[in-house]
Amino acid sequence: MTGPRNGGRAEPGTPLLEVRDLTVHHGQLRALDAISLQVFPGEVYAIIGANGAGKSTLLRTIAGLHHPSAGSVWFDGADVTGLRPERRAGQGIVMVPEGRRLFESLSVEENLQVGAAYARPGPWTIERVYETFGWLRERRRQPTAQLSGGEQQTVAIGRALVANPRVLLLDELSLGLAPVVVQRIYGMLPEILATGLTVLLVEQDVSQALRVASHIQCLLEGRTTLEGRPADVTADQVEAAYFGLAGAAPARQPGEGSEP
Amino acid sequence: MVWVNAVIQGVLIGGLYALFACGLSLMFGVMKVVNLAHGDLAVLAGYIAIGVIAVTHVPVLWSFVIVVPVMAVLGYVVQRTMIQGALDRSVLTTLMVMLGLSFVIENGLLQFFTANTRGIGTGLSLLTASFSIGSQIQIAYLLVVIFATAVVVLLGLQYFLSRSKYGRLIRAVADDREAAQLAGADYRHVFGIAAAIAFATVALGGIAYGMYSQIYPTAGTDTILLFAFAAVVIGGLGSLWGTLLGGVVLGVAQQIGAQISISDEALAGFIVFLAVLVLRPQGLISRRAQS
Repeated sequence: MTGPRNGGRAEPGTPLLEVRDLTVHHGQLRALDAISLQVFPGEVYAIIGANGAGKSTLLRTIAGLHHPSAGSVWFDGADVTGLRPERRAGQGIVMVPEGRRLFESLSVEENLQVGAAYARPGPWTIERVYETFGWLRERRRQPTAQLSGGEQQTVAIGRALVANPRVLLLDELSLGLAPVVVQRIYGMLPEILATGLTVLLVEQDVSQALRVASHIQCLLEGRTTLEGRPADVTADQVEAAYFGLAGAAPARQPGEGSEP
Repeated sequence: MVWVNAVIQGVLIGGLYALFACGLSLMFGVMKVVNLAHGDLAVLAGYIAIGVIAVTHVPVLWSFVIVVPVMAVLGYVVQRTMIQGALDRSVLTTLMVMLGLSFVIENGLLQFFTANTRGIGTGLSLLTASFSIGSQIQIAYLLVVIFATAVVVLLGLQYFLSRSKYGRLIRAVADDREAAQLAGADYRHVFGIAAAIAFATVALGGIAYGMYSQIYPTAGTDTILLFAFAAVVIGGLGSLWGTLLGGVVLGVAQQIGAQISISDEALAGFIVFLAVLVLRPQGLISRRAQS
C-alpha cells in the first residue's frame, strides 16, 4: 500500500511511520499546515528548514508532546494520534529532544537506566551503548553537567537507544555544537542504523542533512516546499525551498527540472 | 546544664519534625505541590491509629503496620485523582484543592472525634520511661525511638531514591517531566508513588506525635504544618538530610526559647525560621550543594 505522498519512491510495503495532513496550532499561530510524510523502514528521513519552519513542532507532535488540531499520526499501521508520549515510546517511537534534556541530577549511567526502564526488547542495552561509545564507561558515575555539549548529546542518544526504538526521532542534534563534534555525532549514525532502526531527524544544518539522509523534506512556515532524495534535488532547489524564494512555493518533485 | 538539656531535647524532637517535613519537601520537590493538607494528614493518621487500636485491640506498635500502608495507598489515590486533576489546570488550583482537602479533613475529624485532645498511649512501659544523665538531664526513651525512626526513614528514603528504579524515576521526573515521558515513564504514576511515600512518612510522624504529645483535629494546621514548613525552609528545599537538620535547628531553637520563658517556645522557633528565610533563603543545605 504505497500512498500517493511517498515522493515518487519505489519502497515496497507499508510505511513504518506516516503523518497525514497534520495541522498543529500554538495558540493562534498555525505552526504546521496539513503536513504529510511517510517514513519507510530503514530510512534516514530528514526534515530541513529554517528557524520557525515547524520542524521541531512536527517531531514533537509525532512523539506525542503536542496535540494536533487536525490530521493523524500512524505507526506500524495503527493510529497513534491519541496516545500519550510514554505509550508511543513503549511502542517504539523514541525521541532525542532538542537541547538534549538530560536529567541533570542523575549520573550518566542513571540517565541510561531511566532510558532503559521501559525498554522494548531489542539489541540495545546499556552495555552495548558503552561498547559503542567507549569513553562513556569511564565517566558513567559523573553527573551529566560535567560533560561537554557533544558528550551530553551522545548520552541523550544513548538514553534513547537503550529503549530500543523502532523509529528514532532526532531533534536538532547539531544545535549549539562545534562542527567537528556534529560530524562525529552524525558519524555514529551508520552503526546505529545497522541495528535495524529507522531515523527521522530534524536539522537546520542542510549540508549535514543532505549528507546523511536517504530522503529529505523541506518545510517553510509550516508547509512542505520540497521533497525528494538528496541525489535528485539541486542545491538551487534546496536553497529556494529553504528560504522561500520566488518560484519555489509549489512543492517540486524530483525530476521536474531545475531552473531557478 | 539546663542549656545542655535544652539542646539535647531539641535535637531529639527535631527527629519528629523531620518526619513531618520530609514528605512535604518530597511532594514540592517532585511535583511542585505545596501540600497545605500535609499536617492534617498526620493528624488523620493519628486518629486512624486510635480507631484501629480501639476496634482491633492490636498492640499500639502494630497500628503502624496497618495505618502507614493505608495512608500510602490513600496518597497514591488522592494524587492520581484530586491533585493530578488540579495540577493539570494550574498552580493556584492545586493550592486551593490542597486547602480544601485540609478543611475537609479538619472538619471531618471534628465531626467524628470532637475537638477533644487525644493521646495515643504506647502501652509499653519502656516507652513511657526515661533515663537520666546527671541530675538535670532526663531523656525520654520515646523521643530517642522517634529520633532513631526518623533517621532510619531518611536513610531508607535516600537508599530508595538513589538506588531503586522508581527512586531514579522520581528524580528524573522532578528534573524533566517531558524527557521522562519520552523515555516511556508515566509521570502521573511516578507522582502517585511520591505522594504515597509522603503520606506514609507523615503518617509515621502523626502517630509519633500522638504518642509524644496529644492530637486534636486542628493540630495539623496550627502546629504540624507550620513546623514542617519551618523545618523544610531552614534545612533547604529538596534536601532529605536538610529536613533533619532543619527539624533539629527548629527543635533546639524552641527548647532554648522555652528555657528563657516557657511562652517563648514557638516564637523562638519561628524567629529562626524567619532569619533563615531572610539571610539564607536557599536553606542551610541547598540542593545544588548536596548533589
